[in-house]
Order: sequence, then C-alpha cells, then structure tokens
Amino acid sequence: MTVTAPRASPHTKLRSKAEVPMKTEGIAALPNRVGFETLKGLAYVGGLARLAGESLYVTFVGPFRGQRLRPQRAFHQAMAVGVQAIPIVSLISFFVGLIMALQSAYELRRLGAIQFVANAVAISIVRELGPLITAIIVIGRSGSAFAAEIGTMKVTEEVDALETMALRPVSFLAAPKFLAMLVMVPCLTIWSDWMGIMGGCLFGVAGANFTFASYLRATRDALVLRDVSTGLVKSALFAVVITAVGCQEGFSTGAGAEEVGRSTTAAVVKSIFLVIAVDLVFTALFYFTNGA
Amino acid sequence: MIPFGVEIRNSKFDVWQPKLLQRVSNSLPMTDSVADPGRPVISVVNLRVSYGEREVLHGVSFDVQRGETLVILGGSGSGKSTLLRTLVGLERPSGGEVWIKGVNIAQASDDELDAIRKKLGVSFQGGALFGSMTVGDNVALPLREHTRLEESTISIMVRIKLEQVGLASFEDFMPAQLSGGMKKRAAVARALAMDPEILFFDEPSAGLDPIIAAGIDQLILELKKAYSISMVVVTHELASAFLIADRMLLIDRGNVIAAGTKDELAASQNSRVRQFLDRVPEPQVEDELNYLQMLTGERETRH
Repeated sequence: MTVTAPRASPHTKLRSKAEVPMKTEGIAALPNRVGFETLKGLAYVGGLARLAGESLYVTFVGPFRGQRLRPQRAFHQAMAVGVQAIPIVSLISFFVGLIMALQSAYELRRLGAIQFVANAVAISIVRELGPLITAIIVIGRSGSAFAAEIGTMKVTEEVDALETMALRPVSFLAAPKFLAMLVMVPCLTIWSDWMGIMGGCLFGVAGANFTFASYLRATRDALVLRDVSTGLVKSALFAVVITAVGCQEGFSTGAGAEEVGRSTTAAVVKSIFLVIAVDLVFTALFYFTNGA
Repeated sequence: MIPFGVEIRNSKFDVWQPKLLQRVSNSLPMTDSVADPGRPVISVVNLRVSYGEREVLHGVSFDVQRGETLVILGGSGSGKSTLLRTLVGLERPSGGEVWIKGVNIAQASDDELDAIRKKLGVSFQGGALFGSMTVGDNVALPLREHTRLEESTISIMVRIKLEQVGLASFEDFMPAQLSGGMKKRAAVARALAMDPEILFFDEPSAGLDPIIAAGIDQLILELKKAYSISMVVVTHELASAFLIADRMLLIDRGNVIAAGTKDELAASQNSRVRQFLDRVPEPQVEDELNYLQMLTGERETRH
C-alpha cells in the first residue's frame, strides 16, 4: 500500500494557510478538553468521597451492625502516623513559629507594637499554620506511605488475596487508616500549635522583653476558643483528604513497580493541592459564617 | 494424620463455633454433606469476560465435579488467568453464568460473594502473602477474621496447616525470609485455613526449579488424597498438568479448544492442541498485512 503524502510547499503563505485549520481545531477542542478534565476531576473527588464514606461507615456505624472493627490495626497505624511524626512536627513547627515571630516583629517594631508579636504568632499558628504544616508533614510521611503500601499490595496480588478471603480491602486496609488519621492528625495539630508558640516564645523572651510566663499569658489572651476549634476542624478534614487520596491512589495502582512510584507521587501532589483547596474553602466558610 | 479439627458451623447464623473434635482427616470429607453429590461444584456456562472493549473469554463453558482436579491449560495471553480470576469473583463477567455451590457469582451481591468466598481457597502465583505479617499470622488471618475461635485454637490450627505443607517450623518467619517454593507452600496453607471446599491454584509451579516444582505437585496430590477438595489448577506446565489432573481444559485465544481426561487430551488431533502439547512454536508471520496488523496491535484475539 502506498500512501502519497501532500507535497510540502516552501511557500510561506501556503504554510501559514495550512496552520490555520490546526489552530482552529485546537481552539474548538478546548471546551471539550476542559469539560473532559472537569468531569474527570469531579469523578476523582466523587471516588474519594465514596472511599471516605465507606471507610467512615465501617469505622463508626459498622461495629453497631455486627461488622468487625480492627482496633489493633488502627493502633498500629496511629503509632506510625502520629507518635513517630512527633519529632519532625515539633522541629518544623518550632522553626515556623520562630520565623513567624521574626517576620512579624520586623513590621511591628516599626510601628512600636512589638508586644503584639505573641498575638501575631498565636493567631497565625493556631488558625492556619499549625494545621497546614501538620498536614504537609503527614502527607509526606503517611499519605505517600499509604499509597505505596496499598499499591505494592495491589501489585503483589495481596489486595486480590484479601478479596478472595472475603475480606473487603476498604474495610481491612483503608478504614483503620482513616480512624488513626482522624485521631492523630488533630492531636499532632495541637502539638504543632504548641511547638509553634514555643518557637515564637523563644524570640519573645530573647528579643522582645517578654518573660516565658508573660509570653504565654499574652498568647492566651490573644486566642479565643474558636481559633483552636476552627484549626482542629480543618485538621480533621485534612486527615480525611490525605487518607482518601493515599488509599485511592494505592487502590488504582496498575501492574509493575513503576506504577507504585507513580501512585506515591500522585498521592503527594494531589493531597497537597486538595488540602490547600479544602483549607481555602473552609477558611472562607468560617470567615463568612462567623465574621472572623 | 491430623489429630483433631474444628469443623462445626452454624449455617443459620453463618458463624463458626469453636469445638474441638477428634477426627482423622482422611475419613472426614470437607464437602457439604447435604448437597447433591452428582451436582457439579462449579458450573460455567457461556462465560464472556471483557477488558473494556476487548473480549478476552468468548463463551467458555465447563463443569467441575465434586472432588475432581481440573487443570486449565493454556499459553500466555490465552485467557486462563482471567478465567481463574472470574471464577473467584475478582473479575465480573460481561456475559454468561458462573455457578459455584448453587450461586451464580456473575450476578451475586457482595455479601453473597463473600459467603461463597469463605468456602474457597486461592493460592496465587506469587503467593500473595501479606509482607507485614509472619507466616503464622498469614495463615491465621482468615480464622481470626471469620471465626470466633480462641487464639489458642487458632494457633494449633495454624501449626496443623503449616505441618500439612511442610512448613511446621516456619511459623514465625516473615514471607520475605522464605524461598519461592516455601512462599507457595505457605500460600497453600493459608488457602487451606478455612477448610475450603474448592481450592484454586494460579500457576503453582511457575518460577520454580524442577525439584521444587515437583514438590508443589506432590503437595497438590497429597491434598487431593487427604481431602476430597475440588481443585482448579491454572498452569502452562505440561508435566505438572498431566501429573495432577483428573480432567483438563485447554484454552486458546479465549476459547476452550479441548476438554477431557489426560488420555483424551493427549490423543487429540486438533492442530492447536497438538501445537501446545508438542511445544511447536508459532509460525513466522509471513503475510504482509498480518505483519502490519501485528505491529499496529490490530491482530484479532478471536479466530
């Protein structure tokens, strides 16, 4: 079979004419592409919601309907997700608190209001940075680990083996992770808040004429319960998002070791994006509903 | 000989009750005593399975009788592993019926499927042992999840199952510490944990040296002798297949091209059967169009 290719013309006008339909085609295809990608994104979020819903049902409703809760697996996960993350969360939160104090003091000093450094640090850490830093660290440590663990199990047919033993993979693998994350991420966030405040306190004592007690008193006066509660609500939502994405990416792993790497990377990137998106949505929601 | 076993099941509430009974394994078949003995344990009718738009199995039909070992033979890409995955409910058929213990799993709900799966044991090609658990915990897992047996009883049962597959002293080993053959044996022990009525093997000898592979064949024969479990073995190893099979099925490009006893299969004059049994390589593609189709991935799987 001989295929005759159209002769390429060196003439510039002809070449530009040939490019016009291609560009038009590209522009015409754009709405299709945007629509397709939007639907794909919505389907992905729908999948996450379904996975999270099923896991939360198994965790909180299932035990009352005779289904088995696996506290040991959740405890094991909680140790890995929470307890083992304490050193890195402490260190990073402390440094961020210190940086926040230095940055805010830079401006406050010019206004002669350096005594408000405790307020600036406390509010920014407790309302925003504590939950966010904790979430980012947990994504790096645990979200990726969930995707890699489940992905490897998928590749080595362990997920199939669970199914053939009449054990539901979501119930056996994902639900204990959800429970552990829902407990440990807010706990880590509280710890992160504390360590961030301690970081600010170091600057306060060393560079802003505070004593340890007076800094803590200023912090306490600056905060209201709503600051802490909104941070904790966000951290619980982050926990759900991180676990759902990690597990979803793990379960969607294809064949081969390369796929495990792809799932792990995708879990981290998508988790960070979704955590920031959820953060934005709920911060706006809290702002408009509470006027804060 | 097994000194005792745990075999009392309350079918009404679908729970297992712990009770130690003195029994000799050889004398206690693990089949459903109320079932019709003449009825096949597995009945596959016009089974079709597709991945997307590509149909992999094109209307496969066969039965597996009680206590029989059926070997499903076929080359790479013939659809035999897809068939096994469909039989254990890992793939949903696009058409046809798969009757196991009187339930059409092609249309069964998840709960019905789980109830059937508790009566099945599956040994995967790579073992599929859970890497984070010891060998003993792997075997104990289905017992812990589906029964209310005491931990001491589970521990004894685990040792019995491991003893049966020749891994008695490896209970505390991690799967990563086992050789390929030992992993497959451990996987068989786990598949046996719930005293299944049907046992499935996916490529039991694949990747093993001839001596270890012969050991796995021997294990299958011993299990066959010890219990009247129905077995479905998917393999492409001819020697192994002819050793362990009661009946054989040859799948080629998604169709059953031969079915029968070992002798019947060996005597078959079907050209594809002969090609497979005599290990004749595929002829070179000489036709230009076929070659182009092969290169562009348009070669049809169905003929």
